[in-house]
Amino acid sequence: MSNVHKDYQGAKLGMWLFLFTEVLLFGGMFVLYAVYLSRYPAEYHSAGKELNAFIGGLNTVVLLISSYFVALAISFLQRGEQKKAIRYTYLTLFMAVLFLVNKAFEWSAKFSHGIYPDSPHLRELPQGESVFYGLYFLMTGLHGLHVIIGGGVMAFVIYKMKKNEVNSTDFVMLENAGLYWHLVDLIWIFLFPLFYLVI
Amino acid sequence: MQNQTSSPIPSFFEDSGSDRKGILSWILSTDHKRIGLMYLYMVLGMFIIGVCLGLAIRLELFTPGKTIMEAQTYNAVFTLHGVIMIFIVVIPSIPAAFGNIILPIHLGAEDVAFPRLNLFSWWLYMIGTGLALLSLFTGNGPPDTGWTFYVPFSEFTTTNVNTAVFAVFILGFSSILTGLNFITTIHRLRAPGLKWKQLSLFSWSLYATAWIQVLATPILGITVLLILAERVLGVGLFDPNKGGDPILYQHLFWIYSHPAVYIMVLPAMGVVSEIIPVFARKPIFGYKAIAVSSIMIAFAGSLVWAHHMFTSGMSDTAVLIFSLLTFIVAIPSAIKVFNWIATLYKGSIFIEPPLLYALGFIFLFSIGGLTGLVLGSAGTDIHVHDTYFVVSHFHYVIFGGTGFGLFGAMHFWFPKIYGRMYNKNVATTAWAILMIGFNLLYFPLFIIGLQGMPRRYYDYLPEYTLGHQISTVGSWILAVGLIIMFVNLYNGMKSGKKVGRNPWGGATLEWYTPSPPPLLNFDKEPDTFKGPYSFKGVERDE
Repeated sequence: MSNVHKDYQGAKLGMWLFLFTEVLLFGGMFVLYAVYLSRYPAEYHSAGKELNAFIGGLNTVVLLISSYFVALAISFLQRGEQKKAIRYTYLTLFMAVLFLVNKAFEWSAKFSHGIYPDSPHLRELPQGESVFYGLYFLMTGLHGLHVIIGGGVMAFVIYKMKKNEVNSTDFVMLENAGLYWHLVDLIWIFLFPLFYLVI
Repeated sequence: MQNQTSSPIPSFFEDSGSDRKGILSWILSTDHKRIGLMYLYMVLGMFIIGVCLGLAIRLELFTPGKTIMEAQTYNAVFTLHGVIMIFIVVIPSIPAAFGNIILPIHLGAEDVAFPRLNLFSWWLYMIGTGLALLSLFTGNGPPDTGWTFYVPFSEFTTTNVNTAVFAVFILGFSSILTGLNFITTIHRLRAPGLKWKQLSLFSWSLYATAWIQVLATPILGITVLLILAERVLGVGLFDPNKGGDPILYQHLFWIYSHPAVYIMVLPAMGVVSEIIPVFARKPIFGYKAIAVSSIMIAFAGSLVWAHHMFTSGMSDTAVLIFSLLTFIVAIPSAIKVFNWIATLYKGSIFIEPPLLYALGFIFLFSIGGLTGLVLGSAGTDIHVHDTYFVVSHFHYVIFGGTGFGLFGAMHFWFPKIYGRMYNKNVATTAWAILMIGFNLLYFPLFIIGLQGMPRRYYDYLPEYTLGHQISTVGSWILAVGLIIMFVNLYNGMKSGKKVGRNPWGGATLEWYTPSPPPLLNFDKEPDTFKGPYSFKGVERDE
């Protein structure tokens, strides 16, 4: 196109609006969580004890560090240190994969105990526990999907940085990818205590 | 300067801004006008399908018992009529079609903020539409849940609900991206010197609409994903057998779907706010009040969703609060109507087809709005809930409101988009037939609704026969009106008289550009522009 239009402020505004929509997407599920918590507090408690707080905590650390890495990457890129920026974005991507591996171990342990949506075992448990696990799988699953998408976004930005299309003068794509990644992190910061700690 | 026909700059029809030819220069175009037109053609095409389904429903209800189709087919037909009309026609109608074409020009911009995202939205819309149509012919037959997909029935019906709700998810995503694009466009791409107070009211209404699209649609997204999770994984969050609560589904669904009604009607109000001052030759009365009322509707309209659920068994306190809030939404809507009337007062009105459609909007929307208060009041709602009264109210608001707003927009901006004029006498005749057919079709439904005829029923008691038959005859008259209107517009597009820049004498920025506009919208600075409703010095250029 002949008329290339770059608007840094506009790109950031658009990203923030998109983040609002993500918050609301999860918001619908948090509403369900809250309503069923008030209805089944005892079942939430007994089911929540079964979750592995160690793996959950480990994943929290993984995501927090990954957020730090992507923030570093942005700083390096703005200062023109393209190589370091690429390296730290790779590290962010690596942390995303690590998170997913942990998650896979955690879920498969649950599956092997017969805990998965609509399983015969869940149907024998009190209904509130089945609801709790249903929310657990859906919310962490939807979050996991966002981790996968975020990882894909990181990979794409790495590609763009290698082609030098994202660089120290035009870095908004990495910045927006970072914003998205922070949101993925932030949602986990809410999911972790709600499922693993407070009940 | 007046004779644009010899304009040296080619119009956006001739200049696609790329080397692509033929259909590729449209479906891969990032030009907001081309994208807007593609939305418009799709919307109108799907509208015709939706109308045919509606006619089939009316024909089936001509006599009690079976008239032309089986009960299961009937369930599918009204579901599809709802899904197509709501998600594929009405929601994208004015914002995605005319918003795309007109908004950047109203701002004095060359395009929207994210042109490629805009094209992506259109592709998502096409994919969503394709999936919705696919759900008709695949799986175990078309969905039969009604457009609301209420659980628990939607969890267990064997019809093809999965494809349909996934289509709705994708259409919702498309709507979100359009809203996001418009908000950013209005914030970032106003022409230098164009202040917020100089925005056209159409832009204001799109701004309010875009916020609802961004903030409410994600809830629809998660809700339909949950239906998929229920059906595919059997999670049971809405299934009472597994500890779930179906009422929560209704809450989530209406948290989106009530604000969605304002996504549908606000842009039409914006269109009316544009048309009325032009044809009254007077600045709009109460500019600020109309602009602010759009934002108020967006805000208050997000807090009234549970008035759809007065009979669902939720607490009386909730019923009272939601009933009160519902009455509050009536205030900004009334503000608009009174300001439109005040604009017409003592104006030098010239009656042209766009104005007739705008007046039709005010008349029909007022009936729809006032009957909405009957539904919003908890006591009377118990009586008329889930009857034809609701059906009639809804069609007065959405078809009488948004539909006539869309037709008004088509007649108002037609000369701008195609650079030609349709036959005004035929357009006026079509409008008159539409008004007669519309009222004949929907008004009897109020009466049989009050008498207790439930909606969505395949069969009915003989005492409702007369009301149903008048209504069905009305649907035929309406269809005739639509055919005349569409044929007239098509002929105008092909061979209408060529027009100049400003055939109506409007003061907003689109009337300063050639008809049709060039690729980047403006061929010269609109230096005589003083404000969207300041008509001093504006001359008609037919």
